[in-house]
Amino acid sequence: MKIVYFAALRREIGVGEESVSPPAEIATVAQLIEWLKALSPKHAKALSAPRLMAAVNQDHAAMDAPVSAADEVAFFPPVTGG
Amino acid sequence: MAPVKLLVSAEDFDPGAEIALLSEDQGESGAIATFIGLVRGAPDGVTAMTLEHYPGMTEKQIGRIIDEARSRWTLDRVTVIHRVGRLCPGERIVFVGVAGRHRGESFAACEFLIDWLKTRAPFWKLEETPSGERWVEARDEDGKRAERWGN
Repeated sequence: MKIVYFAALRREIGVGEESVSPPAEIATVAQLIEWLKALSPKHAKALSAPRLMAAVNQDHAAMDAPVSAADEVAFFPPVTGG
Repeated sequence: MAPVKLLVSAEDFDPGAEIALLSEDQGESGAIATFIGLVRGAPDGVTAMTLEHYPGMTEKQIGRIIDEARSRWTLDRVTVIHRVGRLCPGERIVFVGVAGRHRGESFAACEFLIDWLKTRAPFWKLEETPSGERWVEARDEDGKRAERWGN
């Protein structure tokens, strides 16, 4: 599974992209967040952001959205373009 | 259907040329409305900002927002240009332009496009100030403006 981070999350975790292999029981965005938090203290802190947003395959995704091994999952703060 | 121009680029754009393009192949359009966003010269000494985005998702989401606008209003040409990279106060960030039948729907479609872009397109602003860098926080006001248009 490809994970990408943007803005403050990218800086806090220290990488913009990583490849991970969560166990099969990790089936939703929320479960994936909890699993990623265990990777390092930096992950734990960055992914605890109060208004964390997620995208699955480049579409905005709710916390209960499904994820699977072939997906690209992104995490980022609320957007501030325009 | 009249063409859509969707561009994410570090380069500046020429507002006059973009307006001229919107008036081509006008079909039954009689009203062009545009919005241009600038880097604000903030009172607290912002010297520059860097716009980061999610390549791929940015274009996909702006494309969806344009499709939604076309489903709500009868539009001919639509142009959305968003700059990325480092920009200084006074520089242009974003151009939204639509060609519609009458002014009411052109104004509405243009406002809808920038309101949804601000809350749905994956861009982030990092400001440089005399005391260091800081990420711009999303504004509740932007969320409220976007919600006015429903889902």
